Amino acid sequence: MGERIAFKEMAAFRPVTPGYALMPFRFARLPGRQEVLLTNEVGEFAFVADADLRALVAGTLDRGAPAYDELASRHFLAEGNPGAVTRMLAAKYRTRKSALRGGPALHLFVTSLRCDHSCAYCQVSRQSPDKSRYDMSPATARAAVDRMFEVASPALTVEFQGGEPLLAFDRIRQVTDLVLERNQAEKRDVSFVVTSTLHQLDAGMLAFFRQHGFKLSTSLDGPAWLHDANRPTPGRDGHARTLAGIALAREWLGDAQVAALTTLTRRSLDHPEAIVDHYVENSFRSVFLRPLSPYGFAVRAERRIGYGTADFLAFYRRAFAHILRLNREGTRIDEAYAAILLTHILSPFPTGYVDLRSPAGAGLGVLVYNYDGSVYASDEGRMLAEMGDTTFRLGSVHQPWQELAGSDAMATILGAGVAEALPGCADCAFLPYCGADPVHALATQGDPVGHRPTSAHCAKHTGIFQMLFDYLADGDPGTMRTFLSWVTHQDRDSLAGGAC
Amino acid sequence: MLPLHTHGIVAAPVPALLKVLGIAEALSGAYPPGKVAVDLRDGPEVDATALGAAGFAGIVTDGPVERHAVPVHVHSLRDGAVVAPGDVVRVRPGTGMVSNLFRRGANANTLFATERCNSRCLMCSQPPRDDNDGWRVREMLELVPLLDRDLPWLGMSGGEPTLLGDGLREVIGAVATHLPSTGLHILTNGRTFADPGALRWAAPGVGRTVWAVPLYSDVSWRHDHVVQAEGGFDQAVQGIYNLAEAGHRVEIRMVLHALTVPRLKPFAEFVWRNMPFVDHVALMGLEPMGYAKVNRDQLWLDPLDYASDLVDAAFHLHDRGIRTSIYNVPLCVLPRAAWPLAQQSISDWKNTFAPACGGCDVRGRCCGFFASAGEGWRSRGIKPVNGGHHGG
Repeated sequence: MGERIAFKEMAAFRPVTPGYALMPFRFARLPGRQEVLLTNEVGEFAFVADADLRALVAGTLDRGAPAYDELASRHFLAEGNPGAVTRMLAAKYRTRKSALRGGPALHLFVTSLRCDHSCAYCQVSRQSPDKSRYDMSPATARAAVDRMFEVASPALTVEFQGGEPLLAFDRIRQVTDLVLERNQAEKRDVSFVVTSTLHQLDAGMLAFFRQHGFKLSTSLDGPAWLHDANRPTPGRDGHARTLAGIALAREWLGDAQVAALTTLTRRSLDHPEAIVDHYVENSFRSVFLRPLSPYGFAVRAERRIGYGTADFLAFYRRAFAHILRLNREGTRIDEAYAAILLTHILSPFPTGYVDLRSPAGAGLGVLVYNYDGSVYASDEGRMLAEMGDTTFRLGSVHQPWQELAGSDAMATILGAGVAEALPGCADCAFLPYCGADPVHALATQGDPVGHRPTSAHCAKHTGIFQMLFDYLADGDPGTMRTFLSWVTHQDRDSLAGGAC
Repeated sequence: MLPLHTHGIVAAPVPALLKVLGIAEALSGAYPPGKVAVDLRDGPEVDATALGAAGFAGIVTDGPVERHAVPVHVHSLRDGAVVAPGDVVRVRPGTGMVSNLFRRGANANTLFATERCNSRCLMCSQPPRDDNDGWRVREMLELVPLLDRDLPWLGMSGGEPTLLGDGLREVIGAVATHLPSTGLHILTNGRTFADPGALRWAAPGVGRTVWAVPLYSDVSWRHDHVVQAEGGFDQAVQGIYNLAEAGHRVEIRMVLHALTVPRLKPFAEFVWRNMPFVDHVALMGLEPMGYAKVNRDQLWLDPLDYASDLVDAAFHLHDRGIRTSIYNVPLCVLPRAAWPLAQQSISDWKNTFAPACGGCDVRGRCCGFFASAGEGWRSRGIKPVNGGHHGG
C-alpha cells in the first residue's frame, strides 16, 4: 500500500482568503428574461441571476455558490494563479481569430457583369447579356490569378461571380486552368465555386465542373409565383429553368455540391413557411434567408420591394420556428445564417464566413477581382463602386498584393473594421459572435464606422442573437439537438447525446 | 487472468533478461542469440548442446535435461503458461523467480518507468515510493530491443515517467530505433511539461507517442484536491498545451468517483472548448487498489448512480467529434446506446468477472472487473444481460 500519508481537504488547495480575478466579459439583458447573459472574449457564455452578476462584479460572489464554479469553468473568473486560465483564453482567442493568419482565403472573380435576368433587387447592377465589354479580359484574369497566389493562405477558394458568370464560361475555364497550373508548385488547398442562375448550364460545363470538384451556388426565392415575381426573365420561366438547372447539376455533381439561397423581398415576408417548404420539397438541407442588401438596383427599388428590420425579424422568427418544427418531425433542414451564428456561439472554432468577422472580412478574408481589372475588398465594395463610391477599391490587378494591402481602402477597413474598437460594438454581449461591416456602414450611414443605434445591420443581428439566445436559455432538448446537428454537420438522428 | 510471475528451477550464473522463442523463430536470427532462450517445451526434439554452440543464451524445458551447453536453463515452472514463445522474461537464479515483462499478444504491454511520483492522487492504484529506481531505465533499455517488432502499441506507466528526465529520452529513443512502427502510450500527469524545457525529454517521441494526461476537473481547486498537489491543474494544462504545440498527441483521462462526477458534464464542455485538439478522452471507472481503498469513503459512487451523467458527458464529446471511450464500467450498468463507447479496458492480468456474469450474453464484449474489486466495490446494478433485457 505504500507510505501512510495525510491527505488534505479541498480547502487546502484554495486561497486562504476568498477572492478571484475577473476576466474580460460583457453582458446583456434579454427582453422578457430574468437571467442575464454573460459572454466572454472567446465566445463562451453563461446565464446567471442578476444578483450573481452584481456579486461577481463586486468581488463578493460566494465560492460555494453554483454560479461560482460555472463562471470559473468558462473563464469569467480566475481563482489563484491565473496562468493556466490566461493560457487557455489566449489559445481560444487565437483559434477564433485564426482566419487572420493566412490573409484572404476567398477570391471572387467577376468574370462577367452580363446577365439575362432583370431582378429588381439586383445588387450588382448587371448589364444586358450581349455587352461583351463587361467580360473580364484574359490578361486581367491572368493578373488576378497572380495576385491570388501572392496571398499566404494555405486554403484558397476561387469563386466565380457575375452578372451571370456562365455567360463567360471560357474565362472560368481559363482561370481554372491557370490556377491549377500554378498550384502544381504552390500546393495550396484550392476549391472552386460558381454563383450562377444555372440557366446556361450544359453538358460541357458540367463535365468540367465535375472534373474539378466545383460547387454551384444559385438563387431560389421560393415557389414559382414568388421566384418569378422577384427574378424576372424574358421567357417568364426563371423558376422552372432554375429547378431544371439544379436537377442537372445534382445529377452530374451530387446533391452536396449544389446550394441555394433566397433573397427576401417585401412580397416574400408574408410567406416564411412556403419558402422553407419549397426548399424541403426540392431536397435542400439548407435554406439561407437573406434580406435585401442596400446596394445596386436594390437601392432604387427600395420603395417598391423594401421593408424595415422589424418586418424582417418577424418573418425570420416565424421561418425559424417552422424550421425547428420540421427538424423535430424528422426533416433535416437548417437556416444557413443561423447555423453560422450558432457555430460561433457553440463551438470554439471560427467559420469560413467572411461577411461577419472582426476584423472585417473585407480585404482581410476576401478579395474581389472585377471584370474591369479593379480589385475590391469585398463583393459589397464592388457593388458600392458600381454606384459611384470607390472607397473600397484597393487598386488594379496589375499592382502587387503588397501595394493593394497598403492602399487607402485597406486603411479605411482597418480603421473601422475592428468591432472590439467600435462604439456600440465594444461593449455588446454579442460581439464575440458578430462582426464589423464598414462597407455596409458606409453604404447606409455615410461613414465606415457607422452609428449602431440607427444601424439596420446592428438591429438585424441583435434581433437574431436575442432569438437564438432565447432558445439557448430555454434549452429545449429537441431544439438543442437540432442546433448541435447544424453546428457539427451531422444528422440529427445520428447524435447520441444532443444537448448543447 | 494469467499471472505475471511464477517460480521454477533457474540455472544461471546471474539474473538475466531473455527473449523466449520457439526453435524456428530463434533460428531466424531476428534477435541476437545471446539474448534468446529457446523454448523447447512444445517443439520437436532438439539437441540442446548444438544451441549452446550456436550462441543461444538459454533454454526453457519441461524438466531437467541431461546435457546442454547454454548459460541459462529454466525448467519445472510451477505455472508453465506464464512463459510462452515471444515473451520476454527476467529469471533469477537464487529465488527461481521467473517474471514476465512482455507478453506476446496481450491486450496491453506496459513499461513500468518508475515508482516515484510528484502527485499523490486520492485514488492512486499504484501508490508511489521514493525509491532510487534508476536501474529501471537500464532494464527498459535492455528490454526494448527484445520486444516484438510488429507490436502496434507499447504503454509506459509509473509512477510519473517524466521524473526519469534524460532516462525517459533514452527509452523513447530506443523505442524509436528498435520499434519504428510501434506507437507509445505514456501515462503522465503532464506537470513536468509545464516547463517547456522538459519537452526535450519527449522529443524523440513526436509522431509516435500519445501522452495520456489526467484532468479531474474543469476548475483548478477540485483537480488539485484529487491529485493532492497545489498547482497541479495549472501545470497539467500548461503541459498539455506545450505537448500539443510541440506536435505531440494528447489523451485526456478522467477517473470517475464522488469527487469528479458532480462536474462531469461541464468538464466535457471544458475539454471541447479548451482542448478540442486532443486525440482521445477516456472516462474511467475507479480501480480499487492502493489509495483508492484508503479513501473509499470519499470516493465511492455506485456506477449505476453516475451512469447517466457519464453517458451525457461521453456523448457531449463524441457528438462534437472528439473520440471518447468509457473504461472499466461494465456493460450492464450502462445504457445500451453507450455500449459502442465502452472498451475492454482492463489488462488481461488484472481482469475478472463476477459470479453473476456467468449467464451474461455480452460478457465477451465487456470489460468485466478489476480482480482487486471485492464485493464492496461492485455496483448493485451488476446483472447478466440476456436477450431483449438490456442494461439501463
